[in-house]
Amino acid sequence: MATKNSRSAARLMMAPAVILLLGWMLVPLTMTLWFSFRKYLPLRGGDLGWVGFDNYVRFVSSSSFWPSVQTTLIIVGGVLAITVVFGILLALLLDQPMWGQGIVRILVIAPFFVMPTVSALVWKNIFMDPVNGLFAHLWKFFGATPIEWLSQASVQSIVMIVSWQWLPFATLILLTAVQSLDSERLEASEMDGAKPLQRFGYIILPHLARAITIVVLIQTIFLLSIFAEIFVTTGGAFGTKTLSYLIFQRVLESQNIGLGSAGGIYAVILANIVAIFLMRIVGKNLDA
Amino acid sequence: MARSVTTQRKTINTVLAWAIGLLIFFPILWTILTSFKTEAQAINDPPIFLFFDWTLENYSVVQERSNYARFLWNSIFIAGGSTLLGVIIAIPAAWSMAFVPSKRTKDILLWMLSTKMLPAVGVLYPIYLLFIKFGLLDSVLGLTLVIMLINLPIIVWMLYTYFREIPVDILEAARMDGASLKSEILYVLTPMAVPGIASTLLLNFILAWNEAFWTLNLTAAKAAPLTAFIASYSSPEGLFYAKLSAASTMAILPILILGWFSQKQLVRGLTFGAVK
Repeated sequence: MATKNSRSAARLMMAPAVILLLGWMLVPLTMTLWFSFRKYLPLRGGDLGWVGFDNYVRFVSSSSFWPSVQTTLIIVGGVLAITVVFGILLALLLDQPMWGQGIVRILVIAPFFVMPTVSALVWKNIFMDPVNGLFAHLWKFFGATPIEWLSQASVQSIVMIVSWQWLPFATLILLTAVQSLDSERLEASEMDGAKPLQRFGYIILPHLARAITIVVLIQTIFLLSIFAEIFVTTGGAFGTKTLSYLIFQRVLESQNIGLGSAGGIYAVILANIVAIFLMRIVGKNLDA
Repeated sequence: MARSVTTQRKTINTVLAWAIGLLIFFPILWTILTSFKTEAQAINDPPIFLFFDWTLENYSVVQERSNYARFLWNSIFIAGGSTLLGVIIAIPAAWSMAFVPSKRTKDILLWMLSTKMLPAVGVLYPIYLLFIKFGLLDSVLGLTLVIMLINLPIIVWMLYTYFREIPVDILEAARMDGASLKSEILYVLTPMAVPGIASTLLLNFILAWNEAFWTLNLTAAKAAPLTAFIASYSSPEGLFYAKLSAASTMAILPILILGWFSQKQLVRGLTFGAVK
């Protein structure tokens, strides 16, 4: 059906989007790659020439590198664990018959629409403030000493804030997957005498496997680059510096562009490793 | 799953689900309530839930002191402009990929997706430099362009998945009846594509509204949208809970309402059609 004419027309229609994205990808990435091999300090002498792989070596051997990798892993892993586990439980619960299901769904999804700076600030001040925060009131009510959340339990606090933001996303996707489950299979297994836990392990969980994988991959990509939640709560202090926050500090705060760019290239490689897995799944879906 | 259940079980489900739902929603509810309190009531110990002197003062103070309307306008312009621009560029691309697919269509789609996964921080300095060079730093136009570009892959993908659901037979029938390409697009395709386009607009407006990396790093006083304005409350104004809450409520309420309409599209849009 596609004639030569319509093919070239199609190519022409694709051109603006393709060219824009190609430019958006290639131009800045090439610049980052270029800077990563140079000693470049805009405020202290400017571009001081080639240094080979020096920046790459220095970025990973700096004292803040491994702590930032650890923080990144804890935040990404913690948020993934919380959102996936509670997301599955919530999805299963929301799938049950109940009164006011639509309203409950709306309540559960709401945090996803709150802009990151608002949720970070509201949690930081109104909930986690050690003097006037709601948690402080609660702790005092039970006779306990209020916790200074963002300095004493800083990474956990950020995991909590970010989990609150992403739980709706996991729940919504898992709920969509749960709803596509064939109820006859469940009923059949029930008649065969399968216990609830067996039904969950042998029918529900395998059915959700694909949706869980997608949730994990997409969230990982977004979580690797969370920024506002750290920027407005701790500013990277108290051990909350993630890899991407460290790069941000190298580039904009200490204006060491070469070093920051080498870090940026590491981040690009890391994100691409995750992306390859995600694209495989999405790509398979395209063929179907 | 339609299965017969006892009223007792339904009651337990209902109570449990509502309790959890309210717990998750509580921070938002509390912020909205606090925005109507006086500063003293906002930090009162024990906290006051509903029985306080409701006041609208915080809202007028926020507007007076910081010219809230200007940040709101920046947000509307950046989110609206980037979404519209993105959809205008994406419609022809998605249309051709859905209806005139070639061997490379899949690769192009996946490649577009991969650009979305580029960590922003990796290209922060180059974009910063380019913005300075072209005089775009702290400009609404510059931010609109960047946010359009970061969301363009999602826009193309969403439109593509919607367009692909339009039956090709109808197009062929129209062609056999002698419809030209122009009238084919105008009279056959457009009416069927409108719901998908509307969903795409909605979801991307929300994503653009809440974007908080580039908006924080590329704006100062002039072009700052609400994300950056709220971030400026981190200290010391953040200690004024009632005013912080009023500013926050105004920033999130329009999107909460829009968001509730876009639940379904959210799944499709953010999983790139992999979960429907």
